[in-house]
Amino acid sequence: MGLTSQSTGASVLTNDLVIEHSSDEKIIALAGNPNVGKSTVFNALTGLNQHTGNWPGKTVASAQGKYRHKDRSFILVDIPGTYSLMANSVEEEIARDFICFGEADACVVVADATCLERNLNLVLQTLEISPNVVVCVNLMDEARRKKISIDLEGLSRELGVPVIGTSARSGKGLDNLMDAVYELAFRNASSLQESAAACLQINYGEAVEEAIAVLEPAVKKILAGRLNSRWLALRLIEGDISLLESMRKYLNLDLLNDDNIRDNLAKARQILDETGIETNSLRDMIVSCIIKKAEEISKKTIFYLNQHYNSTDRKIDKILTSRIFGIPIMIALLGLIFWITITGANYPSSLLANLLFSLEEKLTLLFTWAGAPDWLHGLLVLGCYRTLAWVVSVMLPPMAIFFPLFTLLEDLGYLPRVAFNLDNYFKKACAHGKQSLTMCMGFGCNAAGIIGCRIIDSPRERLIAILTNNFVPCNGRFPTLIAIISMFFVGMAAGPMQSVLSTIILTGVIVLGVIMTLLTSRFLSKTILKGLPSSFTLELPPYRRPQIGKIIVRSIFDRTLFVLGRAVMVAAPAGIIIWIMANINIAGSSLLSHCAGFLDPFARLIGLDGYILMAFILGFPANEIVVPIIIMSYMATGSLLELDSLSQLKELLLDNGWSWLTAICMMLFCLMHWPCSTSCLTIKKESGSWKWTGLAFIIPTLAGIVICFLVASFARMLD
Amino acid sequence: MENKLIPLNCLPIGKKARVKELKSDGPIRRRMLDLGLITDTVIEALQRSPSGEPVAYAIRGAVIALRSEESSKILVEAL
Repeated sequence: MGLTSQSTGASVLTNDLVIEHSSDEKIIALAGNPNVGKSTVFNALTGLNQHTGNWPGKTVASAQGKYRHKDRSFILVDIPGTYSLMANSVEEEIARDFICFGEADACVVVADATCLERNLNLVLQTLEISPNVVVCVNLMDEARRKKISIDLEGLSRELGVPVIGTSARSGKGLDNLMDAVYELAFRNASSLQESAAACLQINYGEAVEEAIAVLEPAVKKILAGRLNSRWLALRLIEGDISLLESMRKYLNLDLLNDDNIRDNLAKARQILDETGIETNSLRDMIVSCIIKKAEEISKKTIFYLNQHYNSTDRKIDKILTSRIFGIPIMIALLGLIFWITITGANYPSSLLANLLFSLEEKLTLLFTWAGAPDWLHGLLVLGCYRTLAWVVSVMLPPMAIFFPLFTLLEDLGYLPRVAFNLDNYFKKACAHGKQSLTMCMGFGCNAAGIIGCRIIDSPRERLIAILTNNFVPCNGRFPTLIAIISMFFVGMAAGPMQSVLSTIILTGVIVLGVIMTLLTSRFLSKTILKGLPSSFTLELPPYRRPQIGKIIVRSIFDRTLFVLGRAVMVAAPAGIIIWIMANINIAGSSLLSHCAGFLDPFARLIGLDGYILMAFILGFPANEIVVPIIIMSYMATGSLLELDSLSQLKELLLDNGWSWLTAICMMLFCLMHWPCSTSCLTIKKESGSWKWTGLAFIIPTLAGIVICFLVASFARMLD
Repeated sequence: MENKLIPLNCLPIGKKARVKELKSDGPIRRRMLDLGLITDTVIEALQRSPSGEPVAYAIRGAVIALRSEESSKILVEAL
């Protein structure tokens, strides 16, 4: 079914966790709970010197980067953010395996200062595996703001490892962190032993300790110093199968084949049986002991100077997720973002269009002056340049406004509240609440949204989220929607009402997309992806003060320019191909007209025309180029006019038989048709099968055709 | 004086309770334990989502939303 994330087994007996490095480079693992600013630490240390990929054979993202400190090189490996190392999920298994078998020289565990007790769970579990740990207590600035005081030295004494306070967003404390890592990675054998002895050990109670003592010597003998024998002995006693598998895979070691271990394991289990501890309750006991230890340590080292340190967050939550206002506020916020985008993009868009199209005239003059043949001018200027100019002038301004605004919501911590507000609807659709988060990512780029579906643990619900992500219009489709709305639906209203009206219509289109997502999810859950919703826990992290400057830089460079660059790369060759199709004449009319003519009867049925449908088909590589293709095909067949404003574009469309119905169907089909080629390849990669990719292609396409057909027929009946 | 045990989803918003028993098992039980839901952990019901579910709880300094499928299997003693 392609549902398992298991690789093909080709990696058997090769330790693909070991990072390639030269002998003088040290490998540092970066662990931590989700939402603690781990990636901020990672980015702050490694800068642009990083590369990302997947963990071998798993659909879990990995990232590693290099940094230099005191003339030494370090490779920082970002391991998945987890709450625990008990291997309850793929992420936890990878995190544990890397700490155990990744041969890292040190491990940095990033913890959230405002929620330290909970983070200590992971810290304590990591310490059990390896004493080479530096605890990085991040978000110290937030803790100070909430009047939480943390005794870092006391914490270091309790844990027996260095503890460094940082505020990674402003870069504070990172030097100390690098110093601590440096010392840990370059210390000699004797101080290594000393620190191992100083490292905290959790007491699991008399019976369990006795059982560990029986088994540990046998384990120690066979391990020869490769792993912590006490920790491994306990895992053997509790029967951790996934760890045994990992040991076979990475160390080529089958512990249960060793007679000595088998005998002593039986003895150890007997001790527990006699005291009435069975496997299930043993697991509870182990977790409880760790959590109690974390509680004990935090009582000694964390001081809440203001008992109601979280009350502001709770007050905000009471409003943003309230019964009456929760969903209206959510839609209003979405609307506000669209309104700012539409209004703000208007002026720079026409400015850019003017600039770029006046440049086109200059280019034409240049071509004439150089005596270039007509076809070359047509190919490069009318084909390639004009498509590019459209894509840039229409896409860049909305993206440059939308992305920073959206990143702002992300940074504030609002998105998990969206998931919280909407979870019940997703539950009714037998889907996962976190699907709304992946839909939010889809606003930027559906391919990104599809990759984002990895945050959903259950394979069935992840697949549903992947298959329906395309119902959220990505930024390649946004400008098309905005342009059509501005041309056809707000002309009737005057003044400031215009942009409000556009916003309402656009928000309506998005809400329709959300409804389609829910309906389709439910349909899939009742048919080919039968199943009940799996367990769901969602953390609502503290609200954080965003860093405006960083948001702008990050969203412009990471997202806007990246997405624009990709669109330009597709648009340039596409422009050339379309110009050729529009200008090669066979039997009196162009190739494009022939194709469009063939599609026309069907396209008319769904309220479009042959050229529009053709444009959507040719726009498969990227949705951004759909409108330029329409313009070019109309211009090639009709009169040539200077096209530098939306009103002229509207005239062109009206001349070619557009009505408000065409505009509506165009918008609906834009919202619901096949995913772009990048998304399709991503779906193939994430779902592992062409079957699911095909389904992801068919579902929105069918929905679009049916709905457009109904709307068009209904409108014709009214006429 | 022993208080009566109630499932967590019956705990009124704004009230605190002490965790007494986890009835779930397998991976869900482990997930609940990882959240810090061990015996005698104090937990507070903070907020319902607009449609009534899920409910956000304060658990050991973190805010976690649980659906009733999970919270009904956590038995608590109201404080």
